[in-house]
Formats: sequence, structure tokens, C-alpha cells
Amino acid sequence: MAELVSHPDEKKVVSARFGKGAANIDRYLELDGYKAVQKAIALGPDGIVNEMKTSSLRGRGGAGFPTGMKWSFVPKESAKPKYVLCNGDESEPGTCKDRLILEHDPHAVIEGVMIAALSIGAKTGFIYIRGEYRYLVNIMRKAIADAYAKGFLGKNIFGSGVDLDVHWHTGAGAYEVGEESALMESLEGKRGIPRIRPPFPAVVGLWGGPTVINNVETLASVPHVIFGGGQWYADLGTPKNGGTRLFCLSGHVSKPGVYELPLGYPLRKMIYEVAGGIPNGQKLKAVVPGGSSTPMLKADEIDLPMDFDSCAKAGTFLGSGGVVVLDDTTCMVKFAQRVIKFYQHESCGWCIPCREGTDWLKKTLTRFHAGGGLKKDIDNIQYLAENMLGRTFCPLGDAAAMPIISIVKKWRNEFEDHLEGRPCPYGEKTAEQLLPVLSR
Amino acid sequence: MPVVSEQLDNFFNEKMKEYPTRRSFLVPMLLYTQDELGYLSPDAISYLAQKTGLPEIEIRNVISYYSMLTMKPRGKFNVQVCTNISCMLRGGEEIFQHCKQQLGIGHKQTTADKVFTLEEVECIGACSWAPAMQVNYDFHENLTPAKVDKILESYEKKAAQ
Repeated sequence: MAELVSHPDEKKVVSARFGKGAANIDRYLELDGYKAVQKAIALGPDGIVNEMKTSSLRGRGGAGFPTGMKWSFVPKESAKPKYVLCNGDESEPGTCKDRLILEHDPHAVIEGVMIAALSIGAKTGFIYIRGEYRYLVNIMRKAIADAYAKGFLGKNIFGSGVDLDVHWHTGAGAYEVGEESALMESLEGKRGIPRIRPPFPAVVGLWGGPTVINNVETLASVPHVIFGGGQWYADLGTPKNGGTRLFCLSGHVSKPGVYELPLGYPLRKMIYEVAGGIPNGQKLKAVVPGGSSTPMLKADEIDLPMDFDSCAKAGTFLGSGGVVVLDDTTCMVKFAQRVIKFYQHESCGWCIPCREGTDWLKKTLTRFHAGGGLKKDIDNIQYLAENMLGRTFCPLGDAAAMPIISIVKKWRNEFEDHLEGRPCPYGEKTAEQLLPVLSR
Repeated sequence: MPVVSEQLDNFFNEKMKEYPTRRSFLVPMLLYTQDELGYLSPDAISYLAQKTGLPEIEIRNVISYYSMLTMKPRGKFNVQVCTNISCMLRGGEEIFQHCKQQLGIGHKQTTADKVFTLEEVECIGACSWAPAMQVNYDFHENLTPAKVDKILESYEKKAAQ
């Protein structure tokens, strides 16, 4: 389906089996498949968590929480069954990496779920895949069935005395379900309304039982951590930011694609060397560093090592690995309007600051871009967005507000250029104008 | 009598055993039922209400949350054009306009011959291969207006078969 790319700077770990037919279980076994889970059985629950902590693997879904620590929060004793839930509801705009993992290496995801389950003492795992990814649901269904047929799942796995089931599940179109508590609601057959925390899922999760929720890429990295060792994995990245991750390069770059690079890889090199720079002789204007919810960076802010801590220091987030590049023909007001249109569409309406905030921001930005903007709107947009921060059950409100705040702060001049009924200085592009990009 | 095929009903019964509650598999059941029937009809809703032991209003409540689910009939092929940021930067909005012109319909409308429904959708996870669209579950990527014409033509041929 989606084409693969490569660059000499890549360090292929989680993508090592891409394009090698590893969706086939026998091929996966030839490529060291299901060895890590056997090593994990020998390590035991505490040994697994120790390796995970040493690896400093941090969640690849967006929040970047240390995976080993997350697992260690699950109580050892629990009256209710424990669960592992794999989050494959990939829908953060700019992000298209889990899709490749599920397509090319589904067994690595299953193996990651198994190792997580062994570590926390869960007997059941669920792999939730967004509804739009039906071909991947079908690939996963076959992968799970093949794993059962080989006896890797079910009773007494690998002679360990442990019974372990892994099931697949699918969504039906909802960005918000990618948020952990909404994901659990959806898996329980409900609307994906977020839950208040605490209690956190590690204590009260699926059907009230302790639950570990990890992103597809995080879980697909787990077998590599266990197989290669936590220290080996940690050394691939920067301190406290272990390993490699998939970066999805998109937008105005010559060679868009999903590239696996070590954490800490410089953003400038990522744009100009790995992704081939900006096409059509244009200049860089802005970068979305980690999916549409992350605060945007200006062209002079890209001397940045792409790891969680460096991004936080720069006032943004490494997020989901979705790096979207904007050239100097892009209107930032228009871009802000498109971003908020998305969040307004996806807000579930449960929390008023998010429901009303996204709606008013969309209305104001749409009017503003169309030439009906007033000077006071600029401050109002920022004020509205800032008042959404931290006032909602789930981070969708923050996700909507953060990029808007950054755009108003960093590109205020572009808002001013739209005032007094002036038409957008960047104009509406025709298909012909976009053709040099389209026909690459 | 189930409104879906016996095969699908059996599949649901098997999958429901994997969960501790009867309603857990509801969201996939809604989607697979819709795939078979084209939309979630009142009969489909009462079938799933019986299956899960929930009131019909709760089934409708869940349906209304998920963007892929619909209680209105659609065309045979649902053309879903992404115009979110990565697609927009590479001409996604122009592709959507082009589809509107070629099909003579707007957002969430269906052609008179019931072959196509058009929809502007949010990110479908094809950002690095933008602009992109899905026709039913099939991805079409790196689109140009000319490529879109060929794709639509191929589905039109399929519909005529």
C-alpha cells in the first residue's frame, strides 16, 4: 500500500522488518520473531520492567511517558482482571506511522502486547485499530489467528504456565478515542467520552481492572528492547530519551515519507537532508514538530534535537512524530483555521471549554480569514484558546488550543495583514499552482 | 431474525465471547453491520439492541458519536477526501473541489444513480503520501486531478458490472 522510503541516516529498529514480508508468521520467525517473548518469560515481571526502565523508552503516541514506569504503576494484586490495551487509533493529523507497523510487522505488536501482559500479570490483551484502517484490521486478524495456530497464544504459552489471550477490536471514526480513557469507553461499546482521572487506568481501567495502554509503535518497540537489551536500546537515543522512532515527514518537502531516526536527530537535517528540503525553490516558514496539536516552530527555531526533553525546552512537544513542513506560500491564518476546524469536528462536547472554545475559535478564524476580521479578534482568539488549557477531562482541549496560541504569538503580523477587509495576501491556490508539488 | 447474514451474526456471537460484557463489541458490530447493509437502518438498530441487551436509544446514542457510522443510505462507493493539514498543503482542498465538480455533488451528498457519495474527511493517516482519499476502505494516495478521474472511472465501471 503506502510506499516505503529510506535514507542513510536511518537506524532501523522498529522498521527493520518493513518490506520483508513479516506479516507472514513463518517469515517473522525467521527474522527473530517471538524470541523476545521467550526471553521475557525467563526475565520474569520485575526483570521485564527493569529492562524497560533501562531502555528509557517513552510513549510514542504523543505524551512521551516512560513505558517502564507506566507498567510499574500496575498493582501486583488485583481482585479484578488486568488488561493490556494497544492503542492503534492513530488519527493525529500529520501522523501515519502505526499504519506501516500494523501493515508490515503485526506480530511485533502482538509480541509487545504479550510482553506487557507478562510484566503486569494480565491474561488478556486487546489491539484496537481505527475503523478506517480496515485492511490493517484484516492483517491483524490473520496475524492473531496464526499466533494461536502455532500455540504462541492461548493456554500455557511457551511452556510458561501462563495463559494469555490477545484479541483485535476496531473503532468507527473518532480522533478522541485515541485518548486513553475515551479509548477504554469505546472498547466497552460506548461513546468515547473521556473519564476523569485519577483514578488512572493503571489502577482502574477496562471494566474497572488495572490496565496498561500503549501506542502501537511503543509496543512494537518492546520486543526489540527485550531482545537487544535495555542498555543497547537506550544508547541509540539521547539521555532519558531512549531509542529511535518513526518520524512522518509531510507537507512541503521533496521526499515526504516515514523515516526511522534516533531520538535527538536534528530537525534541520531532518527537513533539509532526510526529506530533501523545500520544493519549488520556496523557503521554510513553519514546522509542526509532532502532530497538529503541538505548538508550531518558526523557521529560525529548527536547530532542535528531536527528543522529548529538547522539544519541551523549546516550548513544544515531540508528540506523535508527525513533522509537517510549511513553506513561505502558506497562510498561517488559513492554517490555523484548518487546524481548529478539525478539533471543532472532533470535540465530543462533554467539557464546555472544549466544545464552546473550538466552535468559537472556528467561527472567528473562518470569518477572519475571509476578510471579516477585527483588530480585537486577534487578542480574543488568543484569550479564548488560553482559557481552554487544562480545563477539560481529556487533552483534546489543550490539543486544539496549543497550536492556535503559538500561531497568534509567532505570526501576529499575518493576522494584521488580513484586517480591514483585505483579501488573504497568500490568495487561494488553484490546482495549476499546486501542480509542481502534485506531480512530483 | 437477524437483518444481517447468518455468517455475520455467527461472527458477532463468536467475537462477543471475548469480552466480559455484552455491549463491548458494539462499535465493531455497528461498522460491520453497516458494511453489509449500506447504512444503519431502524431494523439494524433493533437487531443490535437485542443482541447487546441495550435500549435502541442507546444504540443511536453510540452511532451518533462515530463519524464513519450513518443512519442514512449512501451510494455504493463513499469517496472520502482528506483536507486536513498535510493533505491541504499538497492540494487536498483542490482535490475535494475537483471531486465535487466531477460528481456534481457536495459534502455528504449522493449522486442520483446512487453510485457515489462524497465526503470531506479528517486525517486518514496518509500524511506522507498526500493528498489522499479513501473510496470505501481503499486508500488512494499522491493524488492529482487526472489520477482522481481515472480512479472515479474505475469505480463507475465496477458499479456497472
